[in-house]
Amino acid sequence: MDGGQDRGPPLLEVADLTVRFVGHEARVQALAGVSFSLRAGEVLCLLGESGSGKSVTLRALMQLLPPGRTEVAGQVRLAGQDVLALRGRALQAFRGGSVAMVFQEPMSALDPVYTIGQHLIEAIRQHRGGSRAAARARAIGLLELVKIPAAARRIDAYPHELSGGLRQRAMIALALSCTPRLLLADEPTTALDATVQIQVLILLRRLQQEFGMGTLFVTHDLAVAAEIADRVAVMYAGRIVEEGPVAAVLRAPAHPYTAALLASTVHDQAPDQDIPTIPGSPPDLGALPPGCSFAPRCALVRDACRIGPPPATHPAPGRMVRCLRSADVLATPLASLATGDYR
Amino acid sequence: MSATPMSTALADPRDRGGPAQPMLIARGLRRYFRLKGRGQAVRAVDDVSFTVFKGETLGVVGESGCGKSTLARLLLHLLVPQAGEMVFDGDLVGAARGIGIAALRQQVQMVFQDSAASLNPRMPVRDSIAFGPLAAGQSRAAARQTAEALLQQVGLRPDLFGPRYPHELSGGQKQRVNIARALALGPRMVILDEAVSALDKSVEAQVLNLLRDLKRRLNLTYLFISHDLNVVRYISERVLVMYLGQVVELGPATAVFAAPRHPYTRALLASRLSMDADRRTLEPPLQGDPPSPIDAPSGCRFRTRCPCAEAVCASRAPPLGHWEDRASHIAACHMATQGSGHTLAGAG
Ligand SMILES: Nc1ncnc2c1ncn2[C@@H]1O[C@H](COP(=O)(O)OP(=O)(O)O)[C@@H](O)[C@H]1O
Ligand SMILES: Nc1ncnc2c1ncn2[C@@H]1O[C@H](COP(=O)(O)OP(=O)(O)O)[C@@H](O)[C@H]1O
Ligand code: SF4
Ligand SMILES: [Mg+2]
Ligand SMILES: [Mg+2]
Repeated sequence: MDGGQDRGPPLLEVADLTVRFVGHEARVQALAGVSFSLRAGEVLCLLGESGSGKSVTLRALMQLLPPGRTEVAGQVRLAGQDVLALRGRALQAFRGGSVAMVFQEPMSALDPVYTIGQHLIEAIRQHRGGSRAAARARAIGLLELVKIPAAARRIDAYPHELSGGLRQRAMIALALSCTPRLLLADEPTTALDATVQIQVLILLRRLQQEFGMGTLFVTHDLAVAAEIADRVAVMYAGRIVEEGPVAAVLRAPAHPYTAALLASTVHDQAPDQDIPTIPGSPPDLGALPPGCSFAPRCALVRDACRIGPPPATHPAPGRMVRCLRSADVLATPLASLATGDYR
Repeated sequence: MSATPMSTALADPRDRGGPAQPMLIARGLRRYFRLKGRGQAVRAVDDVSFTVFKGETLGVVGESGCGKSTLARLLLHLLVPQAGEMVFDGDLVGAARGIGIAALRQQVQMVFQDSAASLNPRMPVRDSIAFGPLAAGQSRAAARQTAEALLQQVGLRPDLFGPRYPHELSGGQKQRVNIARALALGPRMVILDEAVSALDKSVEAQVLNLLRDLKRRLNLTYLFISHDLNVVRYISERVLVMYLGQVVELGPATAVFAAPRHPYTRALLASRLSMDADRRTLEPPLQGDPPSPIDAPSGCRFRTRCPCAEAVCASRAPPLGHWEDRASHIAACHMATQGSGHTLAGAG
């Protein structure tokens, strides 16, 4: 978790990814130049509140955005392959082979009219061929891997016959069936109860290490990121505003938005005091302010912040931040950041 | 943290019982749901008793399906209890000489999780808020004034937000409107059922601050239902923990969080994420999902997942104990009952 940049070439490289939705009335700038990289065996959390562009990032990587109404620009390379140029069969092979995706709602990946086994066997045979019997054996193995009890019996269950936690595990098994090099996870534990969420997080952490997959894990919850990420990239209004090793970023955020999000997340605050909040609301993605997108809500804003988007700077090895005043944020103890006492 | 001093709030003529009389007492509430085509029933709320004291926030926690929303609906008689009784400020609910359901619903209001579904999409939010007062007999002008005053109170500028339709508001703004609407008839108690659960964290913080502020200013009593233990710890004076339709632990928030007495509460607390990447949870505190409330285990319903279960746990249901005041900390576990036959009885 040192953010070490020199452990081999990245598995995934995203450079200046830009996504615009063009409708009749409005143009929405959902992503405004997103760049990051991910090594094999690493978990990068995309952290941000709703509408910040987390899901759009994942969907752009999978080329799942509606083609007619979306303008995508930038570079995405997976193990050197130009992902945005893939079409037809090559794209199919990419989606069902190199990359797999898990969602918040398992039923978006599972078809209610097929059993768990039918899903898995179909996916396994498409990916690596072989006999039905061999695929079934492997499917049972996968269900055991994701710790579904009585896997040999549950393989014949329909999705609706499983509890929420087991369905989530079945979807993870399906994602692993093609031994992906890259796992895209979109809030996979958000709908789960606390005692089940921690089970699934621990499971994902273990599988990700065993398989050596690179994992891009989307969450709106700082606490989930702290539990699973090696590095985190904080998104705000379609940009990554801060990135770095998870422990370092949460201990000493460099961007005012990260600091404010940390302070406003309910966690052991004194019950007799108001929780610090962020004034206002995120900008209209159809009319982003010319400078820093957070400027209208930022307690540290200066005139210079409103001129152009702040450039990326590197306050420490492996850390990146886009804020003109990050040195002041870093120099301020968290406790005073939380009370807004840092002007 | 304590309730608003009575001296600052004007005496409420509806406060019949005085400060010592609990706002609400629920005794032995039960609601089963029959399953179509099967002989079985979902025991959603099964013999639930508790007290809500005046001016407090009682937090209700438990995993999904444990009966929290059913309980909320029973309290408002949106669902009719199959057994049990309720006493509101000293009056038996639904009894000939007690308080009627309509009167109860004026004094107890509810806010739900889904902020959009609770508002009429074809009505400016100002009119949604004015709807209750209008129906209760206020003139059009007076109801409109009430609505605008309420918008102001929940932090939305009436001139700016009053004329808007629900789809023109963010989730947090819609939830503020729902809170305003719940307050329109001047309730004394508000039931908040996962009211902040769908909001972004920074918006959740804003709404929690608002709820605390309103409670102080309007001298309200809250029943605050949530699956989020951090939020419940922050906002509640006392906490009630549910598991499979039953109360397993009840006590002051500080005591329950510092020294949980039921193994389920302990596991729930241990499942909280640390927010510290250097202190990750290595082993899950519990395995599996909660069992279905259709065939709940005999005896203690938690025994199938409990690390401390013994023979007595399968044969007898542990009692919660009935006496309750603001300070009592009780748990329905054989380990918490002297002489129960559990080898660890009285040890914790
Ligand atoms: N298909 C679409 N058409 C138009 N706008 C979209 C579409 N998908 C997403 N958006 C917009 O893009 C922004 C980012 O969305 P998203 O990535 O889903 O956010 P989140 O961070 O919550 O996952 C939002 O403002 C959303 O409304
Ligand atoms: N109208 C209904 N018909 C049948 N079962 C129901 C109904 N309402 C709730 N239940 C069941 O009762 C149990 C408790 O549900 P609920 O009170 O919604 O729990 P919670 O709010 O704690 O998630 C669940 O098993 C649920 O499926
Ligand atoms: S660049 Fe300026 S406005 Fe943006 S976060 Fe930093 S201080 Fe605030
Ligand atoms: Mg999303
Ligand atoms: Mg509920």
